Amino acid sequence: MLDAEFFRRWLAAVAVSVDREADRLTELDSAIGDADHGSNLKRGFTAVAAVLEKEPPATPGAVLMLAGRQLVSTVGGASGPLYGTLLRRTGKALGDDAEVTPGQLAEALRTGVAAVAQLGGAKAGDKTMLDALEPAVAALGDSTESFAAAREAAEQGASDTVPLQARKGRASYLGERSIGHQDPGATSSALLLAALADTAEGAA
Amino acid sequence: MRMLINVPETVVADALRGMAAAHPELAVDVENRVIVRRDAPVAGKVGLVSGGGSGHEPLHGGFVGFGMLDGACPGEVFTSPVPDQMVRAAAAVDSGEGVLFIVKNYTGDVLNFDMAAELAEDEGVRLGKVLVNDDVAVTDSLYTAGRRGTGATLFVEKIAGAAAEERAPLERVEAIGRQVNESSRSFGVALSACSTPSKGGPTFDLPSGELELGIGIHGEPGRERRPMMTSREIADFAVDAVLEDLRPSGPVIALVNGMGATPLLELYGFNAEVQRVLAERDVAVARTLVGNYVTSLDMAGTSVTLCQVDEELLRLWDAPVQTPALRWGR
Repeated sequence: MLDAEFFRRWLAAVAVSVDREADRLTELDSAIGDADHGSNLKRGFTAVAAVLEKEPPATPGAVLMLAGRQLVSTVGGASGPLYGTLLRRTGKALGDDAEVTPGQLAEALRTGVAAVAQLGGAKAGDKTMLDALEPAVAALGDSTESFAAAREAAEQGASDTVPLQARKGRASYLGERSIGHQDPGATSSALLLAALADTAEGAA
Repeated sequence: MRMLINVPETVVADALRGMAAAHPELAVDVENRVIVRRDAPVAGKVGLVSGGGSGHEPLHGGFVGFGMLDGACPGEVFTSPVPDQMVRAAAAVDSGEGVLFIVKNYTGDVLNFDMAAELAEDEGVRLGKVLVNDDVAVTDSLYTAGRRGTGATLFVEKIAGAAAEERAPLERVEAIGRQVNESSRSFGVALSACSTPSKGGPTFDLPSGELELGIGIHGEPGRERRPMMTSREIADFAVDAVLEDLRPSGPVIALVNGMGATPLLELYGFNAEVQRVLAERDVAVARTLVGNYVTSLDMAGTSVTLCQVDEELLRLWDAPVQTPALRWGR
């Protein structure tokens, strides 16, 4: 079973890896976007880690909802509302339980990812964060072992965006010239899933 | 890196502190990143709020004042503001007559303003919205993100602002804003990439001797790259790209806008070429504005925006305005 403390450790691990990878995310974004993805997410997840430390919520759902709201309030750009929605809607789907099963988390994350797709009007193959999120949530099952499979699927999904032509977001303005670059949003989504698997393995 | 900054993290806050010191007629909330007219909310008047990433100065903060915007929300550099800023701005400028959000069509701006509109409406603020999408460089219908909002933002803010200053009701101010947007088209050209503080260098690679046609205002590369062209050739290309889409049947207001690093010497010379092409195409120019208004940090280059006007729009354009960056008639 996963409790609020697990979710807090997961998001703290995301903050650490986003901080570590911020320059790489910004570099990817400068190739096909506007060179701010790393610094924006770093600002957001640093704020998330701080607020969860200061006023830790009692349930997994509340942890994710507070984190999502914090992202909306601090990130800006498209990634603020998109990641904010992912976490808030996932948290909402988890409800008020003090502990949830891995299967419940998988189901809730699928709801969150669907909300992201609806908000952004994008689908897999558009060269966005969905290219990592959708295969990842498809790989999630009712055991924490499946988190590792989700991590693999997300990383594969992110690297699979390299040959794609962007159809959504700012990279879409580049047309064919977006081909050959890994999508920064899919890359940061893979970090989110990697941190989940790491946290379950106790490595983070 | 040759930038007049301390550290990238404080660039926006530092600029806002300096702006506050230079413009006592504005109330600048540095911490929450909201700029409003000091006399807001103005009784009986619809409040106009715009915002977007920083790095496009004087857009939007420089257009806050009599006859134009009531409030502006600067985001991080090239990053849209967050909904909290817009909700604060809306609350600060609402006199009870409602608030109009003027939003450039970039995914981040649209998502955050939509979230803000929901929150502000929950607090009882009546809201209208004008989406600015004037850039003809992005026309492929495959890109459902649609056209980018660029130079026409100035036209929408000025003309809708004048209507609001005359105490037109929210529905009317919104309709005028939409009319201005629908009557405006832009095309931009970059002669160099811009540098963002967080990257500390050029955001894309544009060798000297080449230019990008069809750039937006966030440093994103354009759709086509060519060997350097003369001012005359660029004017032909840019104006024709706009006219192909706008096909004006009456007079236009022309904006020849600098992207931040192109001197007025060059912009005026370019304007001479723009006026020549327009004359050759039998387009009457009612008013012209030349200068750095919707910029992209230190990008060299220019954009041309044309807005077809009727008598009403032209009268509102000529109406008095008093802001840090645009001022006449008062």
